[in-house]
Amino acid sequence: MELLIFYPLAGLCVAFALGVVINNSPVGSAMSLIAMMLGLAGIFVLQQAHFIAVLQIIIYAGAIMVLFMFVIMLLNLKGSGEDASWRSRDKNLLMTVLSGFLVAGLLYKILCVLNSGEFDSPASLPENFGTAREVGTILFTEFVLPFEVASILLLVAMIGAVVLAKNKVD
Amino acid sequence: MLESYLGAGIMMLMAIGIAGGMVVMTSMLGPKREFADKMEPFECGESPIVSPHQRFSVKFYLVAVLFVLFDIEAVFFFPWAILFKQLGMFGFIEMLLFILILGVGLLYVWKRGGLDWE
Repeated sequence: MELLIFYPLAGLCVAFALGVVINNSPVGSAMSLIAMMLGLAGIFVLQQAHFIAVLQIIIYAGAIMVLFMFVIMLLNLKGSGEDASWRSRDKNLLMTVLSGFLVAGLLYKILCVLNSGEFDSPASLPENFGTAREVGTILFTEFVLPFEVASILLLVAMIGAVVLAKNKVD
Repeated sequence: MLESYLGAGIMMLMAIGIAGGMVVMTSMLGPKREFADKMEPFECGESPIVSPHQRFSVKFYLVAVLFVLFDIEAVFFFPWAILFKQLGMFGFIEMLLFILILGVGLLYVWKRGGLDWE
């Protein structure tokens, strides 16, 4: 039953991820990315990570994609021209090699997991795993320091955004 | 595990059904009379055909970034609110510190005029 939900979701994710790469217009790519993230949220739910699934929708599909859209609008990318097609885009050798390494590493890791036999006997999850309560308990007791450091990170990002966008010194 | 999602699944199907049904029904049942002049895009005094790729002001970007940052801040409140009684004073002071640091950021953005449109 879970497989019946997993395979359509995973297929949808892969299809939309391909859509991000192949799409000619940047806005279309961004929309595919949103759909891909919604599918990913569904997979998180299947993994019992409910809180992460909701965050995936609120933060990634909501907030971060809004930012992506604005960046696309700001940069004024030329879309749907003949030279904007994904086949004829600039082929950067360094990027090709780097992404090749990335894919090879990922494949190696996947093969390692497949061979280790962890799939045959999945670890049983503790009760209430992945609920907001469980995540919060760990976040606010064990990981207090990273939590507070995150606020400083947000502060730095805020100041950076204002300095970059409000480019006048008073 | 999946049984617990039955309610949510039924609600999602009903929501999709109602929203989709409204669009389909109105477009099928509503009276329509189409002719060339009516279907033309019309905008007063402007040329109706321009490229959709127009540069946006950087002001939108600032609003978007601030929205993302405060959105992330708000996300931390959900587990905290659930655990408020359990964490007691420790959690309260912890979150106070968190809000204080971000409050400094808000104050900076405000004073620098990041919240003004002009």
